[in-house]
Amino acid sequence: MFLKEYITDVVTGVTSLLKGMRKTGYYFTHPKEIITEQYPDNRATLLMSDRFKGEVVMPHDANNEHTCTGCTACELACPNGTIKVVTKFETSPEGKKKKAIDALVYRLELCTMCNLCIVACPSDAIKMAPNFEHSVFDRTKLTKVLNQPGSKIREGIE
Amino acid sequence: MYNQTEIIKDTSELGADGELVINMGPQHPATHGVLHLVVTLNGETIKKIEPHLGYIHRSIEKMCESLTYRQFIYVTSRMDYLSSHINNLGCALLVEKGMQIEVPDRAKYVRVILSELTRIASHELWLGAMAMDLGAFTPFFYAFREREMITDIMEDTCGARLTMNYIVPGGLMYDLHPDFQKKVKAFITQFKSKVTEYEDLVTNNVIFQSRTKGVGILSAEDAISYGCTGPVARASGVSCDIRKIYPYEVYDKVQFDEVLETAGDSFARYMVRVKEMNQSIRIIEQLIDNIPEGDFVGKTKNVLKLPKGEFYTRVETARGEFGVYVVSEGGTTPHRIKFRSPGFSNLSVLNHISVGSKIGDLMASMGTLDLVIPDIDR
Amino acid sequence: MFSLEGITTNVQDWLLMKFNPTMALAIECVIVILLSISLFAILGLVLVLMERKVAAHIQIRLGPNRVGPGGMFQTVADTLKLIMKEGLTPDKADKFLFNLAPFVVMMVGMLLLAPIAFAKNFQIWDINIGVLYISSVSSLSVIGILMAGWASNNKYSLLGAMRSGAQIVSYELSAGFAVLTIVVLTGSLQISEIINAQQNGWWIFKGHIPAVIAFVLYIIAVTAETNRAPFDLAEAESELTAGFHTEYSGMRFALFFLAEYINIFIVCAIGATLFFGGWMPLHIGNWEAFNHLMDYIPSSVWFMGKTFFLIFLIMWFRWTFPRLRVDQLLNLEWKYLLPISLFNLLLVAVITILGWHF
Repeated sequence: MFLKEYITDVVTGVTSLLKGMRKTGYYFTHPKEIITEQYPDNRATLLMSDRFKGEVVMPHDANNEHTCTGCTACELACPNGTIKVVTKFETSPEGKKKKAIDALVYRLELCTMCNLCIVACPSDAIKMAPNFEHSVFDRTKLTKVLNQPGSKIREGIE
Repeated sequence: MYNQTEIIKDTSELGADGELVINMGPQHPATHGVLHLVVTLNGETIKKIEPHLGYIHRSIEKMCESLTYRQFIYVTSRMDYLSSHINNLGCALLVEKGMQIEVPDRAKYVRVILSELTRIASHELWLGAMAMDLGAFTPFFYAFREREMITDIMEDTCGARLTMNYIVPGGLMYDLHPDFQKKVKAFITQFKSKVTEYEDLVTNNVIFQSRTKGVGILSAEDAISYGCTGPVARASGVSCDIRKIYPYEVYDKVQFDEVLETAGDSFARYMVRVKEMNQSIRIIEQLIDNIPEGDFVGKTKNVLKLPKGEFYTRVETARGEFGVYVVSEGGTTPHRIKFRSPGFSNLSVLNHISVGSKIGDLMASMGTLDLVIPDIDR
Repeated sequence: MFSLEGITTNVQDWLLMKFNPTMALAIECVIVILLSISLFAILGLVLVLMERKVAAHIQIRLGPNRVGPGGMFQTVADTLKLIMKEGLTPDKADKFLFNLAPFVVMMVGMLLLAPIAFAKNFQIWDINIGVLYISSVSSLSVIGILMAGWASNNKYSLLGAMRSGAQIVSYELSAGFAVLTIVVLTGSLQISEIINAQQNGWWIFKGHIPAVIAFVLYIIAVTAETNRAPFDLAEAESELTAGFHTEYSGMRFALFFLAEYINIFIVCAIGATLFFGGWMPLHIGNWEAFNHLMDYIPSSVWFMGKTFFLIFLIMWFRWTFPRLRVDQLLNLEWKYLLPISLFNLLLVAVITILGWHF
């Protein structure tokens, strides 16, 4: 019957709307459900995943030594030309000539954090760091030299 | 002050029979990106829609031709960024097929789990964005809450939240995070308890139903002739799930249903995606406790060279069939590459299904087609 | 106990003592104008903040919380920003109408303030056709919206304005019928008499089912009249970017924004007056002690409490429901709301004639 259909239409429509309102009303009255993270304030407690790919860094130990041999595997693996390895020849006290890096230039503005350079590195000289706050006022600051000044290759790394 | 007739003349460019041409996009809240629709209107009724592309063309296919087979995978994340993982998988599968690389079982299982998580994340985002197109803002935040759990899992294991690049030819880039299984299980429990929320807020809502039911009807014949795939075609009753028809990885070992609807309207497309999320959960539940131990990456040569010839693989992304076609000359880089992206074919039906409907219906049809513009316009 | 009740008479007595009657009237007018303008400003700031907080909590967010304690001065900062922004006028717009439109919309809001009783004996103009005045003046706001949409020389604006026109004209009807039910129950169009009739109980309790139905219809209709979601077709963000005010910026945009919130306040105030007894405290039958206790709460608090409850209800709708389509919007009015309100009016007439209400 027409009238019956009409009334059921109205009733089901209104109940479906009320159900939705109950759900939103529940969240309105339960402030504990709020999931906002107030980012710059929670910097101290912010937990980043240890694997998060934020930027490429070169770990140095206490003696300011790294493990990069200057093999340019990372440079070849990089799809964007982000990494440039500048090599030099070091003469050891015994008079032997040895290839070493002068600078590992890393251009953050080109990097897509694809992790291919880290996988390609045979001596684990570089890794990804979870730092994600890269904003700077000057674009030239994004071009970084990863090896620290005065650093040299660790003994026994070929 | 301007003469009024002058204003009328300026307002309608084509002008014939009271037609009104409006440019929706490239900056418009509902086009989700830089899609440009030239919509011809008669009052509120749509007479013609002409999508214009090219605002986000990065020539990814050409770029890939200068990258090696290890490198070109990461670029595909930038196409359909919501199912970047599945795009990567498609490319890795092609390289593995071409070079007959043996993939360890562990990698296969993990790839499928991550693909399904990606699919859920994509559908969650779509659900929120579509509800927002129809004017309901709140489901967007609820959907993102669940999606956030997935992106957290991705961040833990893959190191990135959106463009993961976790898949390499031969397996995975590195092993799973120790917390992976625990977190995925926590997500499944959370997801199951929150599904009713979407039903209350969106699915059963009388306004939502009247906005989507009978709107943008796509028949099965048209779905096939326009080349639609994925949920769009399945909502019209076309069985086209690559996971069922050409199973890859371990999809032939798991139990799941291909979700089919017959109505072909916006509501059917909506239901297909919602049910697909449940099927994805079902797949993950079957695999998550049975990930075999072992290597996560198979033995590969240092330099990958595809043999001379043509190669094609397809995978089912969240939006439909994603195909990779490579012509190799035997070198380290592809000679020619072509991606078959699902969004392009799905967009092509927009004019067909919206003619004669109202502007409000355009939002419902466009929302349920689930367009990702960088995927359409590579 | 402090209340607004005595202030008006005190002020008038003082003015009449100091000045001649014409001068006193002029000063009273100035005071009223200043008061209503400042009420507008304060209401705008409070309601926008309230909307954002309600939306945030419904959407499991925190909302504004940076400017001032708990984000209290966020809207003040926003207003400052809008004042400093350049108000652009499109090159080919009808400049006169374009600049006039926000003020028309604003003016309607100001006119509507006149018959509202904010507290006991605190009313600008207790006109004897108060309800009729409200229904007739509130429909003027559509002129401002149409003007804005037409003069912008923008297709989105035009579509939005046309939608708004169709919408307000239709929903006026059921809002009017809902108001009529209360008029039938009271037997008067005067706001003060409607309130006085609710001394021993509000109409929503006294009026049986018809009053409840009328209240539901009223809330739906005024949500549509004020262009709020789920009926915000005139500015449907995902369809028409911003609808009729797409081309407005700076303070002129702020006026539209403000007018929206003022309109919500006014329709909610009228709803509170008609169905919840305006400033009348909650009285239950012959519970003398309870009634006495309720009388201690100032009447202005009662009025504001009820009004803000209704405003919250309308905000709750907005953040829960999807938007209707334009033809469904008209369907809802002409196929559902209007027949139901006609039937309801008949019902309430029968009840009143037979004297079945309390």
